[in-house]
Amino acid sequence: MSDKNNNPLLQLEHIGKEYYGNRVLTDISFSVEPGEIIGLVGENGAGKSTLLNILFGMPVIASTGGYEGDMRVDGKAVHFTSPNQALAAGIGMVHQEFSLIPGFTATENILLNREVLNGSVMSYVFSDRVSTLDRDAMGRRASQALNTLGVNISPDMVVSEMPVGYKQFIEIAREIDRKNTRLLFLDEPTAVLTESEAEILLLALKKLARSGIAIVFISHRLNEIKELCSRIIVLRDGRLITDSFAEDLTIRQIASLMVGRESERKEEPEPEEPEERPIPEEAVEVPDVNLVLNPKPEKKKKKVKPALKVEHLWVDMPGETVRDVSFEVRKGEIFGIGGLAGHGKLGIPNGIMGLYPAGGKVRLFGRSLTLNKPRAALGRRMAFVSEDRRGVGLLLDEPLDWNITFTAMQTQGRFLMGIPFIFQMRNEYAMRKEAQKFIDALSIKCTGPSQKAGELSGGNQQKVCLAKAFVLRPDILLICEPTRGIDIGAKTLVLDTLKNYNKEHGTTIIITSSELEELRSVCDRVAIVGDGRIAGVLPASSPAEEFGMLMMGQARREEEEAEESA
Amino acid sequence: MIGRFIEKAGWPRIIIALFLLGLFIAAPFVGVRVDTSLSNTLVRFGMNGVMVLAMIPMVQAGCGLNFGLPLGIIAGLLGATLSIEWNVEILAKLVAWGSQYQITWLTQEFVDTWREPLGFASAVIIAVPIAAVLGWFYGKLLNRVKGDEMMIATYVGFSSVSFMCIAWLLLPYKHPSMVWGFAGRGLRTTISVEGYWLHVLSDALSVNIGDHLYIPTGMLIFFAVMALAVWIFMRTKTGTAITAVGSNPEFARASGVNVDKMRTISVVMSTVLGAIGIIVYEQSFGFIQLYMGPFYMALPAVASILLGGASVNKASILNVIVGTFLFQGILTMTPSVINSYLQTDMSEVIRLIVSNGMILYALTRKVRA
Repeated sequence: MSDKNNNPLLQLEHIGKEYYGNRVLTDISFSVEPGEIIGLVGENGAGKSTLLNILFGMPVIASTGGYEGDMRVDGKAVHFTSPNQALAAGIGMVHQEFSLIPGFTATENILLNREVLNGSVMSYVFSDRVSTLDRDAMGRRASQALNTLGVNISPDMVVSEMPVGYKQFIEIAREIDRKNTRLLFLDEPTAVLTESEAEILLLALKKLARSGIAIVFISHRLNEIKELCSRIIVLRDGRLITDSFAEDLTIRQIASLMVGRESERKEEPEPEEPEERPIPEEAVEVPDVNLVLNPKPEKKKKKVKPALKVEHLWVDMPGETVRDVSFEVRKGEIFGIGGLAGHGKLGIPNGIMGLYPAGGKVRLFGRSLTLNKPRAALGRRMAFVSEDRRGVGLLLDEPLDWNITFTAMQTQGRFLMGIPFIFQMRNEYAMRKEAQKFIDALSIKCTGPSQKAGELSGGNQQKVCLAKAFVLRPDILLICEPTRGIDIGAKTLVLDTLKNYNKEHGTTIIITSSELEELRSVCDRVAIVGDGRIAGVLPASSPAEEFGMLMMGQARREEEEAEESA
Repeated sequence: MIGRFIEKAGWPRIIIALFLLGLFIAAPFVGVRVDTSLSNTLVRFGMNGVMVLAMIPMVQAGCGLNFGLPLGIIAGLLGATLSIEWNVEILAKLVAWGSQYQITWLTQEFVDTWREPLGFASAVIIAVPIAAVLGWFYGKLLNRVKGDEMMIATYVGFSSVSFMCIAWLLLPYKHPSMVWGFAGRGLRTTISVEGYWLHVLSDALSVNIGDHLYIPTGMLIFFAVMALAVWIFMRTKTGTAITAVGSNPEFARASGVNVDKMRTISVVMSTVLGAIGIIVYEQSFGFIQLYMGPFYMALPAVASILLGGASVNKASILNVIVGTFLFQGILTMTPSVINSYLQTDMSEVIRLIVSNGMILYALTRKVRA
């Protein structure tokens, strides 16, 4: 740290990297000064995560053949081969995927391997390894770090019981607590946060930067980048496109630099298989009973029938408990479910699809649906895109064609050859052909249908998940967090694809998302969930304040309840 | 080109293959005939192939390596011993059916000509349902211990062998060629299959070239048919579901697959293949080995498939073929060649080092995958 004088804190020169023969980074050079906040933006697959992995010395880089170019900290050339070296050099990192120990408390996670120790004879004789922990001091340090962030989390809470947003703060608190941290990398820290949580985070980051810590901030929310950062670096296809001051760029400009094809936006994805689209008509005809039982004036006026009717649904999904939810989705509409994280909006689709224990009544086109059985839900031509892409959504070790066609093969008996019910083998040719069709239609970046799903970038994996759902030719499509961790280009593509699909095939789509703006731009109506219940359903055209009121109203009601019970 | 081949085949296989090649080259210099060695390797390949094949379904379903193979072997032993116990009755029954249902070709003469193959078939036919039932319970058990399958499987194998040590003594077998001569009851430790179905597969269509080169064509064809059956099964809808369950159970569940059922099916298949495998082994070996015989039978099979390049959660037919050939090749060649060279008996030591070393090596690889 002695020879800091004029050298930048971190300097990169001509960094490049290849994965599995795919070039992901080419000639990246930039520098970071102390106290600066730099926004790093780019589409998924632009190479942001790879760049971070190189900077942080992640083993995945060395095990796939290292990188090209030079890296300097304080003017001295460095080559990190393990994260420990990067930590020692004062570089901290908060990953897109959490690296927390679920069974430990917030304090224990924040101070992991840096615990406050009580001196004792034992530790004098042997080493610090046998000292006991000073839990009070640890608690104080943890709450201090959390207070710096301006969030109100109990240091004694166990991580596994926290909502996702909290976990993100714990990760950041851990990096802040480290004394020598001078440069902090944040990989999409706000992706899993709600808007209010994100605001708190941004304030905390500004405060950190004032204390001299340099921050490199990756996000897909450009307004955040614009608001927070002093400099913005744009990556596209592994190249550095722009490195300029935030004042000089508008959000629109950043977006177009990222995408690099502002005028070609029209190249919409091909609508999927328009010719072979048998909507089972008899299923559509049934629901009149329901209309008679539940006559709603506006429904008659519009002549639309309820595709999905949910009554008193409860779902036991950890962290997303649904208590008592009733709502109706009309046939052919795009229905949004929004609300704060941890209030149960994700539990609704997961419960309907039978992935978590659920109860209550769900009626599909008037006929009741068996709950707790994924097969039953799939058999009724519902398709589901999970929010947990890597955990539930994909077979990471299998090729793309398996990922895309597997569900259709198992539930609808397609992509098989032979004599039905007697002997059938999977038709690998048909599988590959179908996969290729979707790879082209959704422009999935890959080497072909036989590439493994685990090797794709986040945005492309999400497209594979969508393809998997489209292959089922669903009547109702339930999608959770369609744009979580996805860049603007892919985001627009995904949302447009959904809109088109809805228009072409009349498919009813239910989107669950934390991003209210996104829901309002795509959906016809949006339900806001609070505390496991529906706070209200509004047409998407309603002003933002009304949605805010619903979310706030829920918060207020909770307070009242708390007061009552106290 | 060579680099790509090495990367695809993997260093362990190349090293072992080169070692095996070296042994074949060295053989003539220490007075061991290459053609005899080759015959031995082929015979042992055919004997063990089906038991190695039994690993595939469970590995693909994510149940790990089938260390509980002795369970399937026990079913096979039951089939084998019962086929001898009831040999006369079964053959007589067949003739009776022939006349009762007017099946013109099923005559006394036909049964007499095909006595040995019919005996073998009856052993398989008796063994398969027993294996299926045992495998079903075994599968149910493994569904309760997800994550620790291999440890539990090992104990299932060991304890079933111990249990059968008691059963072999107590079961009311009567056949004079199988029971202890002095007591008149309780099965012997080693029972010869000569006169029943000795070499019934091995000698079918077998080829002798010169005095020393013998190719057990029938047994190899039988293995090929079994391998093809497994290959086809893994490509059916159920087989595909089993593979997906092994790859990501949550994904499979969300796709409407009954995860536990698929796992049970895979365990039943593994157990049934183990039962058939041991009967194939016995007809070539010439003896049924009871009591502690099946105790260590799982280890060579596990070692073979790992040597063939399978991991704990992915295995293919090619892994089975390559692995069995290399493993059995080493087992055949090291004793004869190295013993002649060193003038001491090293065979057992080398066998243990290779098989256990291979298992150790493969299980430590698991972390990287």
